[in-house]
Amino acid sequence: MSSETEPIIRANGLGKKYLLRHQSRPRYETLRDMLAGNAKRLLQKATAPKREEFWALRDISFEVKPGDKLGIIGRNGAGKTTLLKILSRITEPSEGRAEIRGRVASLLEVGTGFHPELTGRENIFLNGAILGMRRAEIRRKFDEIVAFAEVEKFLDTPVKRYSSGMYVRLAFSVAAHLEPEILLIDEVLAVGDAEFQKKCLGKMGDVAKQGRTILFISHNMGAIANLCSHAIWLDKGKMAFSGNSHEAISKYVSQGAKSQGEMAWTDIESSPGNENVHIKAVRIRSAGEVSANVLIDKEIEIEIDYWNLKQGQPLYVGIQLRDKLNSIVFVSVNWPSANLLKDEWAGKPRPKGLYRSTCKIPANFLNNEGYSVDVGIANTRDEWQDIQGNGVIFFAVHETGEMKKEYSKGWAGVVRPKFAWATSLLDEDKL
Amino acid sequence: MAAASARTTPLLIIEAGKGRRQFFRDLWNYRELFLFLSWRDILVRYKQAVLGMAWSLLRPLLTIAVFSLVFGRLAKLPSAGIPYPVLVFAAMLPWQLFAGALGDSSNSLLGNTHLISKIYFPRLIIPVSSVMVNLLDFLISLALLLVLMAGYGYLPDARILFVPIFLLLALLLALGCGFWFSALNVKYRDFRYIVPFVVQFGLYISPVGFSSAVIPERWRLLYSLNPLVGIIDGFRWSLLRGKAEIYWAGFWLSLLLILLVFASGLIYFRRTERYFADVI
Repeated sequence: MSSETEPIIRANGLGKKYLLRHQSRPRYETLRDMLAGNAKRLLQKATAPKREEFWALRDISFEVKPGDKLGIIGRNGAGKTTLLKILSRITEPSEGRAEIRGRVASLLEVGTGFHPELTGRENIFLNGAILGMRRAEIRRKFDEIVAFAEVEKFLDTPVKRYSSGMYVRLAFSVAAHLEPEILLIDEVLAVGDAEFQKKCLGKMGDVAKQGRTILFISHNMGAIANLCSHAIWLDKGKMAFSGNSHEAISKYVSQGAKSQGEMAWTDIESSPGNENVHIKAVRIRSAGEVSANVLIDKEIEIEIDYWNLKQGQPLYVGIQLRDKLNSIVFVSVNWPSANLLKDEWAGKPRPKGLYRSTCKIPANFLNNEGYSVDVGIANTRDEWQDIQGNGVIFFAVHETGEMKKEYSKGWAGVVRPKFAWATSLLDEDKL
Repeated sequence: MAAASARTTPLLIIEAGKGRRQFFRDLWNYRELFLFLSWRDILVRYKQAVLGMAWSLLRPLLTIAVFSLVFGRLAKLPSAGIPYPVLVFAAMLPWQLFAGALGDSSNSLLGNTHLISKIYFPRLIIPVSSVMVNLLDFLISLALLLVLMAGYGYLPDARILFVPIFLLLALLLALGCGFWFSALNVKYRDFRYIVPFVVQFGLYISPVGFSSAVIPERWRLLYSLNPLVGIIDGFRWSLLRGKAEIYWAGFWLSLLLILLVFASGLIYFRRTERYFADVI
């Protein structure tokens, strides 16, 4: 039946173009700029004004059936939010067309329109109205919203006195009780503590089960995989993949593997870093070769080349390994107490210069999956300093048949270590 | 089931360059948001101030005291037998409304950037709801004026029933200017500085501190190019027992200008609103 129903959203060739101005120019113009600009243009009429076109989104076509949950994934700046903004009519597309059959509510940000001076109670009504709820609807759900947010005691306190956790809980709670036919959600679950996030995801799952149509942006691949049956992957404003959500996720995560196992920067200026260190290169090396595709039964070396920019500072180097759902698999740092080897430079004041640190991950430890590596370098012992956010480099571990001689199906788990097992006969007896 | 609900909900089409369709239906659908935003502005206005509502009284009262002293006592301008503070107050009502509404609506879009870039709703709601708080101030001031007039033993007659008409004109003018300035403000922040200047200047070129009867007859039509002249005359006429005459030729000119400003402001606002979220 569902295959015969008409799509609730049909996007056809949607695109959004921005005109980029010169860097020094502010986003808004002043009258003076405009007048000066016009005068200049009159003078140099021959030379056409140079404005660069930038397509934040282009050729986006898809259909969503009523009740479908569609995940939208992609790197930052890929156009995900722009797409939701177009569908929620906040901004107009530059080309293309979309048809929507149903009441749309968009949640691009938690707590839009919250006013710090107003109390929790007042903000529930205000925010509800902003999100498109009727007054009667808000009143009906008021108690539920308050209970979900766990802020009963502070209902008549101005929200400016709320802790950030309470603020976010209240804001999400209002949004979670929306009942539109179509819900557009940007990355809003990345807020609050882990427990509340879990609660939010649970609530989202409930909403999804009520047969509502949801478009959901997230960097949390686990949430996408759990909630969405379909996903589209946007890459630089284009549709890179559309289809089954698991397939979309694995394609998206392994996309980085194209980088041939090495991310390198030629000069300090353009390389990622801070005032203490800059990264020169990160490599994945296995069996002596640099490659983003490694075999499961080979040791993997993660090689980090970096510049120390400050004379005499100690440096600690670490990695975070993430799985394809972007959850951290492990953290490893060359702190002496966390190192199997003795690293002679760990914690020692270092002269300026180029260094290389290598971390070895044993063979038969990771599963056959895609992983990404974050690099952190700090000059203090007790702080992790991220160098370039999530995922400096990606690699994929491939099956060799090792560990599959007895059991040939897929192994569950983000790691697949070979551990020591032993069995002994304790008592040979008939029971 | 799903198909049935799809049939009952109208089809929304988003298309490049087509602007906003179903504009009026959206205005109606979002009427509650309008009420909530007005309510928010009113709550916020009085929440932070210790004296709260007293401020909406104190400001005009001080101005009236100064004007009565300067124009009535020192310059001895004619008042046709009306107590000078009453004469000034009757004009201060529409002026205060206009100035407040203009100031608030001009800055309203910038003050609600976060809403505009994150939520869809008819943008017109923002400048219109921002003037509502001034309407409340107006009502408080009006009550105060009546008290003052009772004190002078000079109560208005049935002409007071015409006040809503002139009130509406003052609102239309303020909104018309507000549409222009708020939309222009989104792109050209200069208007943040222009508006306070216009307001300050306008107080002196409008007949607030004096009766417009002091303007020589041959200049009065020209003077009525300031649409506030017609509005203020109208307020004085309806509140002061018709003692302050309306100069009708000037009034019709003012009315025409008000409608022109309102209509053009509305059109400009509607034409530019679709890029608000992109440039704000």
